[in-house]
Order: sequence, then structure tokens, then C-alpha cells
Amino acid sequence: MTNLHTELKESIIEQLNLEDMDPADISNDEPLFGDGLGLDSIDALELIVLLEKDYGIKLTDPSQGKEIFVSIDRMATYIEENRTK
Amino acid sequence: MVAATWLWFLKRKRNKMPNQFHIQDWVRVKNGEIFNSEGLVFESSEDKLNPFLKAAYDCFKLEYPKFHKMDGLSKLGILASEIIFRKNKPTEDTALVISNNASSLEIDRQFQESTETFASPSLFVYTLPNIVLGEISIKYKVQSENGFFISERFNAQLLKNYTESLLLSKKAPEVLCGWLDLQNGEYDVFLCLVSKERNIPFSEENLRKLYCAENDKPTH
Repeated sequence: MTNLHTELKESIIEQLNLEDMDPADISNDEPLFGDGLGLDSIDALELIVLLEKDYGIKLTDPSQGKEIFVSIDRMATYIEENRTK
Repeated sequence: MVAATWLWFLKRKRNKMPNQFHIQDWVRVKNGEIFNSEGLVFESSEDKLNPFLKAAYDCFKLEYPKFHKMDGLSKLGILASEIIFRKNKPTEDTALVISNNASSLEIDRQFQESTETFASPSLFVYTLPNIVLGEISIKYKVQSENGFFISERFNAQLLKNYTESLLLSKKAPEVLCGWLDLQNGEYDVFLCLVSKERNIPFSEENLRKLYCAENDKPTH
């Protein structure tokens, strides 16, 4: 697991107020929505904000989120390829 | 003359009519303490709202992760309703009538601050006072009438009239009504469940008494 994976998990827990959850509770390949972490549509918007705020990635098309926010692994790969900060 | 006599008769009848609705149960949340009809059920030394709410959440074992994502007003509403509904399971027809002074000002301010950098969607969704009614409805699967009123101060007459109207018109068999105020981190909550179940007669005077009993210094 890279530092980025851990950093992402910590940010998600803090940003989405996932109380009583530690980074270790989130698997890298676990689905973030649906049966996995059970995030909802407002959480998806918060993740879009998180990408812009922390990594300088601005999603112009919100539907891109569906492909990016699949899992921590997928998010980390996308960030590594597109980050501007 | 006939009309005057008729009015006099109606008024007399109304005054003599036994109160058909009762405050079945109630809860008071203020200054780190939670009271209900049985007395003090929780107290915390935490001054700040969020640590207090977290301590109460743990104490009452709410086990509702969505709670942590809510704004302060909704958390207070869920916590207070939980204490009442645990003992008195609501039906899908249970109505909700709540009022306060500050509307959703607390979260409105937080959202306003967030817009200076990145506007927060999760704060934005709580920038209406009646969202708490939706949160209560979702948690307890309530699908009945609900209303949220903004008033200068605790208004027993408003709560009594609106609640009674819902009960008399049979729009709801019971109503959760009361005051749910939050501003500048100070919270002032009084909710009661009104139904035909015999207990404290449902009157403006009794609403005021219960609200004021643990309330030396109202927020408004």
C-alpha cells in the first residue's frame, strides 16, 4: 500500500465523516459505493471537491466520477496520472 | 341574541370538554443534559455541541452511521426523537410539528464559510430547517404530515393549535411536536409525543411548564 492509498483513506474518513472507521477498515479494492463503504450521491460530490482541493484535479464531467470512484485503487491510479499538485 | 346564546353554549361546552389529547412522553436536551419523563437520562461535561452529541450517540447506542454526516440541528432532532420513539414506536402516520428561532442559521454560516474556498455539498444539503424532519422521517419510516415553523420564541399556542388540528382532523393518530433550536453552538430542545394515550393533559400551560422546567435561560 502506498502513502497515497493511506492518505486517500484518511481524507475520505475525515471529509465524509465516517466516524468509527480507520484506514485499515477500508480495503484497496473494496467498492466505495453500494455494498462496499455505502457512500451516497452527496459523498460523490464531496469526493469531486476532494480531488480538486487536494490534488488540483477538476472534473468537468461529474459522470467521470463513476469510473474514478470505484475503489481506493482506482482513485489512486487516477490521481497519480492526473494530479497537478 | 340567539347567536350570542349559541356562542356562550359552545364556549361553555368547550371549556367543560375533557382534554382528549395527552402528552404521552417528552424529552428535554439542553446544557449537556437530557431529561425525559423519568428524569435525567444523560449528562455530559462536554461543553461543545459535537462532543456532547457524540457522547450521547455512544451512550444511547444509536448505531446509525448517517448520524455523523448530519448537521447539528438534525443530530439533535434524531437524538431527541430516538429517546421518545424507543419507548413509543412511531407509526408511518405519526406527524412531526417542530419550530425554532434560528432556522438553519448555524449550518448556513458554515456553508457560507466553505464557499470562500470549496463549497461543501454535504453542508449545503442541510441549509434548510425542515431537513431535520426528513431525517427523522427516514430513520423512523414516518410518512405523515410535517411542518417546521420559525418563531421568535417557544410558542405553546402555535404548537398546541397545529398539533390539535392534525389530531382532530384525523390526519395523524399522534404528533411529535416541540422546539428544536441551535445557534452559536447553544442548543435548546424540547420534543413531546401527543396522542390519546392518557398521561399529561395536552395544553398550552403544560407545554410551557415542561419546556420551562429545565430551562432557566432559554436561547430565546
